[in-house]
Amino acid sequence: MKINTRTIVAIGIGSAVFYVLNRFVSIPSGIPNTSINTAYAFLAFMSTVFGPLAGALIGFIGHTLTDATMYGSVWWSWVVVSAFVGCAVGLCQNKVNVEDGDFNSKDLLFFNLYQIAANIIGWGVLAPVLDILIYKEPADKVFLQGLTAGAANLITVAILGSVFLTLYAKTRTSAGSLSKE
Amino acid sequence: MATSTKILSYIPRETPVHRLCGATKLIVFLVWTIVCMLSYNTFVLLGALVFGIIVFRLAKIKVSEVRFVLITILVFLTLNTIAIYIFSPEEGVKIYGTRHELFRFSSRYTVTQEQLFYLFNVMLKYFTVVPIALLFIVTTDPSEFASSLNRIGVPYKISYAVAITLRYLADVQSDYVEISQAQQARGVDLSRKAPLKKRISGLIGIAVPLIFSSLDHIDLVSNAMDLRGFGKNNKRTWYSERPFSRADYIVIAVTIIAGAMALYVTFRNGSRFYNPFLPK
Repeated sequence: MKINTRTIVAIGIGSAVFYVLNRFVSIPSGIPNTSINTAYAFLAFMSTVFGPLAGALIGFIGHTLTDATMYGSVWWSWVVVSAFVGCAVGLCQNKVNVEDGDFNSKDLLFFNLYQIAANIIGWGVLAPVLDILIYKEPADKVFLQGLTAGAANLITVAILGSVFLTLYAKTRTSAGSLSKE
Repeated sequence: MATSTKILSYIPRETPVHRLCGATKLIVFLVWTIVCMLSYNTFVLLGALVFGIIVFRLAKIKVSEVRFVLITILVFLTLNTIAIYIFSPEEGVKIYGTRHELFRFSSRYTVTQEQLFYLFNVMLKYFTVVPIALLFIVTTDPSEFASSLNRIGVPYKISYAVAITLRYLADVQSDYVEISQAQQARGVDLSRKAPLKKRISGLIGIAVPLIFSSLDHIDLVSNAMDLRGFGKNNKRTWYSERPFSRADYIVIAVTIIAGAMALYVTFRNGSRFYNPFLPK
């Protein structure tokens, strides 16, 4: 398997950061059970920088770890969704230029198109369907749950994810920035 | 701001459960979760729960050591069960196909035997995994865990990523505490007293330094690993790997047989549910 070392380490440390953000750096939005959760903005950011495999695994490992240590049990249906969202956002890696310093509103637009699609499909469709298949919960309940979680994540990623990417792009040296004197 | 640092982690003890290989416990955990995920059969779930509690006693883990997790999960389960009832008071009737009404709060909110039995099964299903999942977490040495993943077929590079996560968890957490205290000293307020807009900018003030210091960590660690030739070969050995003992083989065999039997019982009559309301 050809994965470079940097991606491996990014998955490892990224999952640890996802866990810490998920546990500590989020604020309740006022609507029950939904919060402005920086972890998902971070996941979208890492997916964009390190690609779909890293995104999927950070979502998977980070979410499993949070569930296991907080509840002593793992909700696989939602873990799968986190992995899916990480992977789907990561597909925009080649369309969005963050590494060479030439990051503009077109990149930001692409990033947001991908993350909106990923969140709607992931939380609005995949999560409820898996909940019904695995846990046989009532359809109305899981769809409402999925849609609120999806909407909260979508808005969080749109605001915080865009901020993270913009700040990160500023730290990169832009291609051809050297000039001859 | 939530700074509770109570998290579930490895508790070393000398018991038969601790002595099993990490890979064995991982296999047991996976079989257990799969069975509990697929089955809605009351007897299978009850059996799994009772057996789980017995193994839990065997590992000499005190309830007081995992109490905070148990409380969180019970609160969650209660809220979830109430939510199911609010959204679908007749779900049980739909599933079991009969209707034995006990009484009703209003024309929509009836209480039927079927619904109560369904809610009981939902709670049971969620709770059955808990003893084994808790045990798996508190009796498995994190440094052995990566080698276990590799042994059951996860590529070693991915196993190594998990090892890095477990290794850096404490570091990232202490970075977080430092950053958050520094920001609070500078007047960042994430509590309910601050208006929402201020709290969001406070979140950015904590998340951004944490993310960027982690990106530095990633470069540093991956350079160090590259320099030591990580990933050059297709296989690697693990320092903390232990050979399977006889007990491991027995536990794995028993788990797989029991799991297969549980699935057979569950799917025997074409429905995942055990239906006590069927006319004999």
